[in-house]
Amino acid sequence: MSNDNFLVHIENLCFDYDGRPVLQGIDMRIPKGRVVAIMGGSGCGKTTLLRLIGGQLRPTAGSVRVANEAISAMSHARLYAFRRRMGMLFQFGALFTDLSVFDNVAFPLREHTDLPEEMIRDLTLMKLQAVGLRGARDLMPNALSGGMARRVALARAVALDPALIMYDEPFTGLDPISLGVIGQLIRRLNDALGATSIMVTHDVQESLRMVDYIYFISEGRVAAEGTPEEVRASADPFVHQFIAAKADGPVPYHVPAPDMAAEFLGAAHV
Amino acid sequence: MSRVVDLLRFLGGQVVNRVWRLGRASRFFLAVLLKSGAALLRFPLLLREIWFAGVLSLIIILVSGLFVGLVLGLQGYEILQRYGSAQALGTMVALSLLRELGPVVAALLFASRAGSAITAEIGLMKATEQLKAMDMMAVDPVARVVAPRFWGGVISMPILAMLFSSMGILGGWLIGVVFLGVDDGAFWSSMQASVDFRYDVWNGVFKSVIFGVAVSLIAVFEGYDSEPTAEGVSRAITRTVVTSALAILALDFVLTSFMFRGMP
Repeated sequence: MSNDNFLVHIENLCFDYDGRPVLQGIDMRIPKGRVVAIMGGSGCGKTTLLRLIGGQLRPTAGSVRVANEAISAMSHARLYAFRRRMGMLFQFGALFTDLSVFDNVAFPLREHTDLPEEMIRDLTLMKLQAVGLRGARDLMPNALSGGMARRVALARAVALDPALIMYDEPFTGLDPISLGVIGQLIRRLNDALGATSIMVTHDVQESLRMVDYIYFISEGRVAAEGTPEEVRASADPFVHQFIAAKADGPVPYHVPAPDMAAEFLGAAHV
Repeated sequence: MSRVVDLLRFLGGQVVNRVWRLGRASRFFLAVLLKSGAALLRFPLLLREIWFAGVLSLIIILVSGLFVGLVLGLQGYEILQRYGSAQALGTMVALSLLRELGPVVAALLFASRAGSAITAEIGLMKATEQLKAMDMMAVDPVARVVAPRFWGGVISMPILAMLFSSMGILGGWLIGVVFLGVDDGAFWSSMQASVDFRYDVWNGVFKSVIFGVAVSLIAVFEGYDSEPTAEGVSRAITRTVVTSALAILALDFVLTSFMFRGMP
Protein backbone atom coordinates (compact mmCIF):
# COMPACT_ATOMS: atom_id res chain seq x y z
CA MET A 1 0.00 0.00 0.00
CA SER A 2 1.21 3.51 -0.70
CA ASN A 3 1.76 6.11 2.03
CA ASP A 4 -1.61 7.72 1.40
CA ASN A 5 -3.42 4.63 2.56
CA PHE A 6 -2.22 5.15 6.13
CA LEU A 7 -3.71 7.76 8.43
CA VAL A 8 -1.22 7.47 11.26
CA HIS A 9 2.52 6.89 10.94
CA ILE A 10 4.56 6.26 14.04
CA GLU A 11 8.32 6.07 13.62
CA ASN A 12 10.87 5.10 16.24
CA LEU A 13 8.69 6.67 18.94
CA CYS A 14 10.35 6.96 22.36
CA PHE A 15 8.90 8.40 25.51
CA ASP A 16 10.38 8.75 28.98
CA TYR A 17 8.30 9.39 32.05
CA ASP A 18 10.33 10.94 34.89
CA GLY A 19 13.49 9.53 33.33
CA ARG A 20 12.00 6.04 33.12
CA PRO A 21 11.67 4.81 29.53
CA VAL A 22 8.05 3.87 28.75
CA LEU A 23 8.18 3.56 24.98
CA GLN A 24 11.47 2.61 23.34
CA GLY A 25 11.19 2.83 19.59
CA ILE A 26 7.67 2.05 18.42
CA ASP A 27 6.98 1.73 14.70
CA MET A 28 3.37 1.50 13.56
CA ARG A 29 1.23 2.35 10.59
CA ILE A 30 -2.51 2.61 10.96
CA PRO A 31 -4.37 2.09 7.67
CA LYS A 32 -7.30 4.34 6.81
CA GLY A 33 -10.78 3.03 7.47
CA ARG A 34 -9.63 0.17 9.70
CA VAL A 35 -10.04 -0.71 13.35
CA VAL A 36 -6.65 -1.41 14.87
CA ALA A 37 -6.11 -2.77 18.36
CA ILE A 38 -3.04 -2.10 20.44
CA MET A 39 -2.62 -4.76 23.09
CA GLY A 40 -0.28 -5.33 25.94
CA GLY A 41 -0.16 -5.82 29.66
CA SER A 42 -1.33 -3.15 32.06
CA GLY A 43 1.16 -0.32 32.38
CA CYS A 44 3.07 -1.13 29.20
CA GLY A 45 2.53 2.35 27.77
CA LYS A 46 -0.58 1.78 25.64
CA THR A 47 -2.46 4.77 27.01
CA THR A 48 0.71 6.87 26.73
CA LEU A 49 0.80 5.95 23.06
CA LEU A 50 -2.75 7.27 22.54
CA ARG A 51 -1.91 10.51 24.31
CA LEU A 52 1.14 10.92 22.09
CA ILE A 53 -1.02 10.45 19.00
CA GLY A 54 -3.49 13.02 20.35
CA GLY A 55 -0.68 15.47 21.10
CA GLN A 56 -1.31 15.64 24.85
CA LEU A 57 2.25 14.40 25.40
CA ARG A 58 5.39 15.20 23.42
CA PRO A 59 7.68 12.33 22.42
CA THR A 60 11.24 12.14 23.73
CA ALA A 61 12.37 10.98 20.31
CA GLY A 62 10.80 9.81 17.06
CA SER A 63 7.67 11.12 15.45
CA VAL A 64 3.92 10.72 15.17
CA ARG A 65 2.35 11.85 11.94
CA VAL A 66 -1.40 12.01 11.42
CA ALA A 67 -2.59 12.66 7.87
CA ASN A 68 1.05 13.37 7.01
CA GLU A 69 1.44 16.13 9.58
CA ALA A 70 3.83 15.79 12.50
CA ILE A 71 1.78 16.15 15.69
CA SER A 72 4.73 17.11 17.88
CA ALA A 73 5.72 20.03 15.62
CA MET A 74 2.29 21.67 15.71
CA SER A 75 1.49 24.95 17.42
CA HIS A 76 -1.21 24.94 20.09
CA ALA A 77 -3.75 26.50 17.73
CA ARG A 78 -2.95 24.06 14.92
CA LEU A 79 -3.17 21.13 17.30
CA TYR A 80 -6.58 22.29 18.52
CA ALA A 81 -7.80 22.67 14.93
CA PHE A 82 -6.54 19.15 14.30
CA ARG A 83 -8.19 17.67 17.37
CA ARG A 84 -11.61 18.70 16.12
CA ARG A 85 -11.17 15.84 13.67
CA MET A 86 -10.17 13.37 16.37
CA GLY A 87 -12.49 11.74 18.86
CA MET A 88 -11.34 10.02 21.99
CA LEU A 89 -13.17 7.71 24.34
CA PHE A 90 -11.61 7.73 27.79
CA GLN A 91 -11.34 4.68 29.98
CA PHE A 92 -14.34 5.43 32.19
CA GLY A 93 -16.08 7.77 29.79
CA ALA A 94 -14.98 11.04 31.44
CA LEU A 95 -18.47 12.48 31.00
CA PHE A 96 -18.96 15.98 32.37
CA THR A 97 -20.73 15.28 35.63
CA ASP A 98 -22.46 18.68 35.75
CA LEU A 99 -24.11 18.24 32.34
CA SER A 100 -26.96 15.94 31.31
CA VAL A 101 -26.51 13.17 28.74
CA PHE A 102 -27.89 15.46 26.04
CA ASP A 103 -25.64 18.38 26.98
CA ASN A 104 -22.61 16.11 27.13
CA VAL A 105 -23.13 14.94 23.56
CA ALA A 106 -24.03 18.47 22.40
CA PHE A 107 -20.92 19.92 24.09
CA PRO A 108 -18.48 19.63 21.14
CA LEU A 109 -21.17 20.93 18.74
CA ARG A 110 -21.90 23.95 20.91
CA GLU A 111 -18.23 24.73 21.48
CA HIS A 112 -17.09 24.37 17.89
CA THR A 113 -20.03 25.30 15.69
CA ASP A 114 -22.45 28.19 15.39
CA LEU A 115 -25.34 25.91 14.49
CA PRO A 116 -28.80 26.95 15.62
CA GLU A 117 -30.14 25.16 18.67
CA GLU A 118 -32.72 23.10 16.69
CA MET A 119 -29.99 21.67 14.50
CA ILE A 120 -27.79 20.88 17.50
CA ARG A 121 -30.80 19.11 18.99
CA ASP A 122 -31.33 17.00 15.87
CA LEU A 123 -27.63 16.13 15.52
CA THR A 124 -27.33 15.24 19.19
CA LEU A 125 -30.41 13.04 19.12
CA MET A 126 -29.08 11.29 16.00
CA LYS A 127 -25.82 10.48 17.79
CA LEU A 128 -27.73 9.28 20.84
CA GLN A 129 -29.97 7.18 18.62
CA ALA A 130 -26.87 5.56 17.11
CA VAL A 131 -25.83 4.33 20.55
CA GLY A 132 -29.39 3.46 21.56
CA LEU A 133 -29.73 6.10 24.26
CA ARG A 134 -32.07 8.67 22.75
CA GLY A 135 -34.46 7.90 25.59
CA ALA A 136 -31.80 8.66 28.21
CA ARG A 137 -31.14 12.20 27.05
CA ASP A 138 -32.33 13.87 30.27
CA LEU A 139 -30.42 11.65 32.69
CA MET A 140 -27.40 12.92 34.57
CA PRO A 141 -24.15 10.92 34.25
CA ASN A 142 -24.35 9.66 37.85
CA ALA A 143 -27.63 7.90 36.98
CA LEU A 144 -26.02 5.83 34.21
CA SER A 145 -24.59 2.33 34.42
CA GLY A 146 -20.98 1.83 33.36
CA GLY A 147 -21.98 0.51 29.95
CA MET A 148 -24.43 3.34 29.31
CA ALA A 149 -21.89 5.96 30.35
CA ARG A 150 -19.42 4.44 27.90
CA ARG A 151 -22.02 4.63 25.13
CA VAL A 152 -22.79 8.28 25.88
CA ALA A 153 -19.07 9.03 25.82
CA LEU A 154 -18.88 7.24 22.50
CA ALA A 155 -21.69 9.40 21.10
CA ARG A 156 -19.85 12.49 22.35
CA ALA A 157 -16.56 11.31 20.81
CA VAL A 158 -18.17 11.02 17.36
CA ALA A 159 -20.31 14.17 17.66
CA LEU A 160 -18.16 16.07 15.16
CA ASP A 161 -17.81 13.06 12.79
CA PRO A 162 -14.07 12.62 13.41
CA ALA A 163 -11.66 11.04 10.94
CA LEU A 164 -9.74 9.33 13.72
CA ILE A 165 -11.32 7.79 16.81
CA MET A 166 -9.22 6.58 19.72
CA TYR A 167 -10.45 4.29 22.44
CA ASP A 168 -8.69 3.90 25.77
CA GLU A 169 -9.65 0.54 27.28
CA PRO A 170 -13.26 0.65 26.04
CA PHE A 171 -14.12 -2.74 27.57
CA THR A 172 -12.77 -2.31 31.10
CA GLY A 173 -15.26 -3.07 33.85
CA LEU A 174 -18.21 -3.95 31.59
CA ASP A 175 -20.52 -6.94 31.88
CA PRO A 176 -20.46 -9.36 28.91
CA ILE A 177 -23.59 -7.88 27.29
CA SER A 178 -22.43 -4.27 27.48
CA LEU A 179 -19.01 -5.41 26.32
CA GLY A 180 -20.46 -6.98 23.19
CA VAL A 181 -22.60 -3.89 22.57
CA ILE A 182 -19.60 -1.55 22.81
CA GLY A 183 -17.55 -3.81 20.55
CA GLN A 184 -20.25 -3.81 17.87
CA LEU A 185 -20.75 -0.06 18.20
CA ILE A 186 -17.07 0.64 17.69
CA ARG A 187 -17.09 -1.44 14.53
CA ARG A 188 -20.39 -0.02 13.21
CA LEU A 189 -19.55 3.61 13.91
CA ASN A 190 -16.14 3.24 12.32
CA ASP A 191 -17.60 1.81 9.14
CA ALA A 192 -20.58 4.18 9.01
CA LEU A 193 -18.44 7.30 9.51
CA GLY A 194 -15.64 6.07 7.25
CA ALA A 195 -13.33 6.78 10.15
CA THR A 196 -10.17 5.09 11.38
CA SER A 197 -10.13 3.65 14.88
CA ILE A 198 -7.30 2.89 17.25
CA MET A 199 -8.27 0.87 20.27
CA VAL A 200 -6.06 0.26 23.25
CA THR A 201 -7.24 -2.81 25.13
CA HIS A 202 -6.30 -6.01 26.85
CA ASP A 203 -9.52 -7.81 26.08
CA VAL A 204 -8.27 -10.49 23.71
CA GLN A 205 -11.44 -12.34 22.72
CA GLU A 206 -13.56 -9.30 21.92
CA SER A 207 -10.73 -7.69 19.97
CA LEU A 208 -9.96 -10.77 17.91
CA ARG A 209 -13.63 -10.83 16.93
CA MET A 210 -13.96 -7.27 15.69
CA VAL A 211 -10.66 -5.61 14.71
CA ASP A 212 -8.76 -5.67 11.41
CA TYR A 213 -5.23 -5.60 12.75
CA ILE A 214 -3.48 -6.04 16.09
CA TYR A 215 -0.24 -4.71 17.50
CA PHE A 216 1.20 -6.27 20.65
CA ILE A 217 3.37 -4.04 22.81
CA SER A 218 5.74 -5.32 25.43
CA GLU A 219 8.51 -3.49 27.27
CA GLY A 220 8.03 -0.39 25.18
CA ARG A 221 8.41 -2.12 21.83
CA VAL A 222 6.13 -3.73 19.27
CA ALA A 223 6.45 -7.40 20.18
CA ALA A 224 4.21 -8.82 17.46
CA GLU A 225 1.60 -7.74 14.95
CA GLY A 226 -0.86 -9.22 12.51
CA THR A 227 -4.45 -9.73 11.47
CA PRO A 228 -6.68 -11.70 13.86
CA GLU A 229 -6.15 -14.87 11.78
CA GLU A 230 -2.39 -14.44 11.86
CA VAL A 231 -2.50 -13.79 15.59
CA ARG A 232 -4.56 -16.90 16.30
CA ALA A 233 -2.16 -19.01 14.26
CA SER A 234 0.93 -17.32 15.66
CA ALA A 235 3.69 -19.42 17.16
CA ASP A 236 5.23 -16.37 18.81
CA PRO A 237 5.60 -17.21 22.53
CA PHE A 238 4.54 -13.73 23.64
CA VAL A 239 1.37 -13.74 21.54
CA HIS A 240 0.63 -17.25 22.69
CA GLN A 241 1.01 -16.30 26.36
CA PHE A 242 -1.20 -13.26 25.86
CA ILE A 243 -4.12 -14.83 24.05
CA ALA A 244 -4.06 -18.02 26.14
CA ALA A 245 -3.85 -15.90 29.32
CA LYS A 246 -0.89 -17.82 30.74
CA ALA A 247 0.55 -16.41 33.95
CA ASP A 248 4.18 -17.02 33.10
CA GLY A 249 6.10 -16.86 29.84
CA PRO A 250 8.02 -14.16 28.00
CA VAL A 251 6.16 -11.73 30.25
CA PRO A 252 7.44 -12.91 33.63
CA TYR A 253 5.05 -13.54 36.51
CA HIS A 254 7.62 -12.37 39.06
CA VAL A 255 8.77 -8.80 39.34
CA PRO A 256 12.59 -8.99 39.22
CA ALA A 257 13.73 -9.72 42.77
CA PRO A 258 16.84 -10.93 44.57
CA ASP A 259 17.51 -14.65 44.57
CA MET A 260 14.87 -16.43 46.65
CA ALA A 261 17.27 -18.67 48.57
CA ALA A 262 19.38 -15.68 49.53
CA GLU A 263 16.31 -13.71 50.58
CA PHE A 264 14.78 -16.33 52.88
CA LEU A 265 17.81 -18.26 54.14
CA GLY A 266 20.37 -15.50 54.29
CA ALA A 267 23.37 -15.03 52.03
CA ALA A 268 25.45 -17.56 54.06
CA HIS A 269 23.37 -20.50 52.83
CA VAL A 270 23.70 -19.80 49.14
CA MET B 1 26.95 15.52 60.49
CA SER B 2 24.81 13.78 57.92
CA ARG B 3 21.74 14.52 60.07
CA VAL B 4 22.49 18.22 59.75
CA VAL B 5 22.98 17.87 56.01
CA ASP B 6 19.70 15.97 55.74
CA LEU B 7 17.89 18.64 57.71
CA LEU B 8 19.33 21.40 55.54
CA ARG B 9 18.45 19.47 52.43
CA PHE B 10 14.91 18.94 53.71
CA LEU B 11 14.43 22.63 54.55
CA GLY B 12 15.95 23.70 51.26
CA GLY B 13 13.73 21.27 49.38
CA GLN B 14 10.64 22.64 51.11
CA VAL B 15 11.57 26.24 50.31
CA VAL B 16 12.41 25.48 46.69
CA ASN B 17 9.15 23.56 46.40
CA ARG B 18 7.12 26.50 47.69
CA VAL B 19 8.88 28.95 45.38
CA TRP B 20 8.17 26.65 42.44
CA ARG B 21 4.51 26.50 43.37
CA LEU B 22 4.36 30.27 43.67
CA GLY B 23 5.90 30.54 40.22
CA ARG B 24 3.44 28.04 38.79
CA ALA B 25 0.55 29.91 40.41
CA SER B 26 1.73 33.20 38.88
CA ARG B 27 1.98 31.70 35.42
CA PHE B 28 -1.43 30.12 35.92
CA PHE B 29 -2.88 33.50 36.96
CA LEU B 30 -1.52 35.03 33.78
CA ALA B 31 -2.96 32.19 31.68
CA VAL B 32 -6.38 32.62 33.32
CA LEU B 33 -6.36 36.35 32.60
CA LEU B 34 -5.28 35.83 28.98
CA LYS B 35 -7.96 33.21 28.40
CA SER B 36 -10.77 35.12 30.09
CA GLY B 37 -12.32 36.42 26.88
CA ALA B 38 -14.81 33.61 26.39
CA ALA B 39 -15.68 33.47 30.08
CA LEU B 40 -16.59 37.15 30.18
CA LEU B 41 -18.38 37.19 26.83
CA ARG B 42 -20.44 34.04 27.35
CA PHE B 43 -22.78 35.30 29.99
CA PRO B 44 -24.57 32.00 30.83
CA LEU B 45 -21.21 30.43 31.76
CA LEU B 46 -20.42 33.29 34.13
CA LEU B 47 -23.92 33.36 35.53
CA ARG B 48 -23.71 29.72 36.53
CA GLU B 49 -20.53 30.36 38.51
CA ILE B 50 -21.94 33.49 40.16
CA TRP B 51 -24.87 31.33 41.20
CA PHE B 52 -22.64 28.63 42.68
CA ALA B 53 -20.08 30.90 44.32
CA GLY B 54 -22.27 33.85 45.20
CA VAL B 55 -25.93 33.02 45.52
CA LEU B 56 -25.36 29.73 47.31
CA SER B 57 -23.10 31.53 49.82
CA LEU B 58 -25.86 34.04 50.65
CA ILE B 59 -27.31 32.20 53.65
CA ILE B 60 -24.05 31.79 55.51
CA ILE B 61 -23.00 35.37 54.71
CA LEU B 62 -26.30 36.95 55.77
CA VAL B 63 -26.68 34.93 58.98
CA SER B 64 -23.04 35.42 59.99
CA GLY B 65 -23.28 39.14 59.22
CA LEU B 66 -26.34 39.46 61.44
CA PHE B 67 -24.65 37.69 64.35
CA VAL B 68 -21.45 39.70 64.03
CA GLY B 69 -23.60 42.84 64.08
CA LEU B 70 -25.50 41.68 67.17
CA VAL B 71 -22.22 41.05 69.02
CA LEU B 72 -20.81 44.40 67.88
CA GLY B 73 -23.97 46.08 69.17
CA LEU B 74 -23.62 44.47 72.61
CA GLN B 75 -19.89 44.99 73.01
CA GLY B 76 -19.93 48.47 71.50
CA TYR B 77 -22.77 49.64 73.73
CA GLU B 78 -21.05 48.24 76.81
CA ILE B 79 -17.81 50.11 76.06
CA LEU B 80 -19.27 53.38 74.75
CA GLN B 81 -21.66 53.63 77.66
CA ARG B 82 -18.66 53.89 80.05
CA TYR B 83 -17.79 57.19 78.36
CA GLY B 84 -21.37 58.28 78.16
CA SER B 85 -21.35 58.18 74.37
CA ALA B 86 -23.72 55.31 73.63
CA GLN B 87 -25.29 57.37 70.84
CA ALA B 88 -22.05 56.88 68.85
CA LEU B 89 -22.88 53.19 68.57
CA GLY B 90 -23.97 53.63 64.95
CA THR B 91 -20.58 55.07 64.03
CA MET B 92 -18.70 52.30 65.73
CA VAL B 93 -20.71 49.45 64.25
CA ALA B 94 -20.65 50.91 60.74
CA LEU B 95 -16.95 51.75 60.68
CA SER B 96 -15.79 48.40 62.06
CA LEU B 97 -17.95 46.54 59.57
CA LEU B 98 -17.29 48.62 56.47
CA ARG B 99 -13.56 48.95 56.99
CA GLU B 100 -12.58 45.59 58.45
CA LEU B 101 -15.07 42.97 59.52
CA GLY B 102 -17.23 43.03 56.40
CA PRO B 103 -14.49 42.42 53.83
CA VAL B 104 -12.34 40.16 56.05
CA VAL B 105 -14.96 37.91 57.66
CA ALA B 106 -16.99 37.65 54.45
CA ALA B 107 -13.82 36.63 52.59
CA LEU B 108 -12.95 34.00 55.22
CA LEU B 109 -16.47 32.57 54.98
CA PHE B 110 -16.37 32.77 51.20
CA ALA B 111 -13.07 30.85 51.12
CA SER B 112 -14.46 28.02 53.22
CA ARG B 113 -17.87 27.90 51.54
CA ALA B 114 -17.21 28.66 47.86
CA GLY B 115 -13.41 28.37 47.56
CA SER B 116 -13.36 24.82 48.86
CA ALA B 117 -16.25 23.87 46.54
CA ILE B 118 -14.43 25.31 43.51
CA THR B 119 -11.24 23.42 44.38
CA ALA B 120 -13.16 20.20 44.92
CA GLU B 121 -15.05 20.53 41.64
CA ILE B 122 -12.00 21.26 39.50
CA GLY B 123 -9.92 18.66 41.35
CA LEU B 124 -12.52 15.96 40.80
CA MET B 125 -12.94 16.94 37.15
CA LYS B 126 -9.19 16.45 36.82
CA ALA B 127 -9.23 13.14 38.72
CA THR B 128 -12.00 11.75 36.50
CA GLU B 129 -10.18 12.84 33.31
CA GLN B 130 -12.88 15.37 32.42
CA LEU B 131 -10.28 18.09 31.90
CA LYS B 132 -8.18 15.83 29.68
CA ALA B 133 -11.28 14.85 27.71
CA MET B 134 -12.14 18.52 27.21
CA ASP B 135 -8.60 19.21 26.04
CA MET B 136 -8.87 16.34 23.55
CA MET B 137 -12.09 17.92 22.26
CA ALA B 138 -10.02 21.02 21.48
CA VAL B 139 -11.70 23.00 24.25
CA ASP B 140 -9.21 24.69 26.56
CA PRO B 141 -10.07 23.73 30.16
CA VAL B 142 -8.48 26.92 31.50
CA ALA B 143 -10.76 29.03 29.31
CA ARG B 144 -13.89 26.89 29.71
CA VAL B 145 -13.70 25.62 33.31
CA VAL B 146 -11.20 27.74 35.25
CA ALA B 147 -11.76 31.29 33.97
CA PRO B 148 -15.56 31.39 34.55
CA ARG B 149 -15.10 30.10 38.11
CA PHE B 150 -12.38 32.64 38.78
CA TRP B 151 -14.48 35.58 37.56
CA GLY B 152 -17.60 34.26 39.25
CA GLY B 153 -15.71 34.44 42.55
CA VAL B 154 -14.20 37.84 41.84
CA ILE B 155 -17.61 39.32 41.02
CA SER B 156 -19.43 37.67 43.92
CA MET B 157 -16.98 38.59 46.67
CA PRO B 158 -17.53 42.39 46.94
CA ILE B 159 -21.30 41.96 46.70
CA LEU B 160 -21.24 39.39 49.49
CA ALA B 161 -19.03 41.65 51.63
CA MET B 162 -21.44 44.56 51.17
CA LEU B 163 -24.38 42.38 52.12
CA PHE B 164 -22.45 41.14 55.14
CA SER B 165 -21.80 44.71 56.30
CA SER B 166 -25.43 45.71 55.70
CA MET B 167 -26.73 42.78 57.74
CA GLY B 168 -24.19 43.60 60.46
CA ILE B 169 -25.34 47.21 60.69
CA LEU B 170 -28.91 45.97 60.90
CA GLY B 171 -27.87 43.64 63.74
CA GLY B 172 -26.13 46.46 65.59
CA TRP B 173 -29.23 48.62 65.20
CA LEU B 174 -31.44 45.80 66.48
CA ILE B 175 -29.42 45.40 69.68
CA GLY B 176 -28.60 49.07 70.23
CA VAL B 177 -31.86 50.77 69.32
CA VAL B 178 -34.54 48.12 69.79
CA PHE B 179 -33.22 46.30 72.85
CA LEU B 180 -30.80 48.65 74.65
CA GLY B 181 -32.62 51.91 74.03
CA VAL B 182 -30.07 53.97 72.08
CA ASP B 183 -31.88 56.81 70.36
CA ASP B 184 -32.86 55.82 66.82
CA GLY B 185 -32.08 59.22 65.32
CA ALA B 186 -28.72 59.47 67.10
CA PHE B 187 -27.74 55.98 65.89
CA TRP B 188 -28.26 56.81 62.22
CA SER B 189 -27.21 60.47 62.26
CA SER B 190 -23.89 59.76 63.98
CA MET B 191 -23.29 57.08 61.39
CA GLN B 192 -24.18 59.40 58.55
CA ALA B 193 -21.97 62.15 59.91
CA SER B 194 -18.85 60.05 60.36
CA VAL B 195 -18.87 57.51 57.56
CA ASP B 196 -17.15 58.88 54.48
CA PHE B 197 -18.20 57.23 51.26
CA ARG B 198 -14.84 57.30 49.50
CA TYR B 199 -12.64 56.81 52.55
CA ASP B 200 -14.62 54.13 54.41
CA VAL B 201 -17.07 52.46 52.05
CA TRP B 202 -14.96 52.52 48.93
CA ASN B 203 -11.79 51.30 50.69
CA GLY B 204 -13.79 48.40 52.13
CA VAL B 205 -15.12 47.46 48.69
CA PHE B 206 -11.62 47.70 47.25
CA LYS B 207 -10.37 45.32 49.95
CA SER B 208 -13.06 42.78 49.17
CA VAL B 209 -12.23 42.91 45.45
CA ILE B 210 -8.58 42.12 46.26
CA PHE B 211 -9.66 39.31 48.60
CA GLY B 212 -11.99 38.01 45.88
CA VAL B 213 -9.11 37.82 43.39
CA ALA B 214 -6.84 36.12 45.96
CA VAL B 215 -9.37 33.54 47.17
CA SER B 216 -10.65 32.72 43.67
CA LEU B 217 -7.13 32.35 42.30
CA ILE B 218 -6.06 30.10 45.18
CA ALA B 219 -9.20 27.98 44.79
CA VAL B 220 -8.90 27.44 41.03
CA PHE B 221 -5.13 26.94 41.17
CA GLU B 222 -5.26 24.37 43.97
CA GLY B 223 -7.98 22.47 42.11
CA TYR B 224 -6.14 22.55 38.78
CA ASP B 225 -2.80 21.71 40.36
CA SER B 226 -4.14 18.97 42.65
CA GLU B 227 -2.94 15.42 42.46
CA PRO B 228 -5.68 13.52 40.60
CA THR B 229 -6.52 11.13 43.44
CA ALA B 230 -9.06 11.19 46.29
CA GLU B 231 -6.29 11.98 48.76
CA GLY B 232 -4.77 14.62 46.50
CA VAL B 233 -8.09 16.45 46.09
CA SER B 234 -8.75 16.42 49.83
CA ARG B 235 -5.30 17.89 50.49
CA ALA B 236 -5.92 20.54 47.84
CA ILE B 237 -9.16 21.58 49.54
CA THR B 238 -7.40 21.90 52.88
CA ARG B 239 -4.67 23.99 51.26
CA THR B 240 -7.29 26.26 49.67
CA VAL B 241 -8.90 27.07 53.01
CA VAL B 242 -5.62 27.49 54.92
CA THR B 243 -3.79 29.47 52.24
CA SER B 244 -6.84 31.68 51.62
CA ALA B 245 -7.18 32.52 55.32
CA LEU B 246 -3.50 33.44 55.60
CA ALA B 247 -3.59 35.42 52.36
CA ILE B 248 -6.70 37.35 53.43
CA LEU B 249 -5.29 38.33 56.82
CA ALA B 250 -1.85 39.23 55.47
CA LEU B 251 -3.30 41.22 52.56
CA ASP B 252 -5.66 42.96 54.96
CA PHE B 253 -2.72 44.23 56.99
CA VAL B 254 -0.92 45.46 53.89
CA LEU B 255 -4.03 47.15 52.48
CA THR B 256 -5.00 48.69 55.81
CA SER B 257 -1.53 50.14 56.29
CA PHE B 258 -1.84 51.87 52.93
CA MET B 259 -5.44 53.00 53.38
CA PHE B 260 -5.71 54.07 57.02
CA ARG B 261 -2.50 55.61 58.29
CA GLY B 262 -3.95 57.73 61.06
CA MET B 263 -5.09 60.39 58.62
CA PRO B 264 -8.44 62.02 59.32
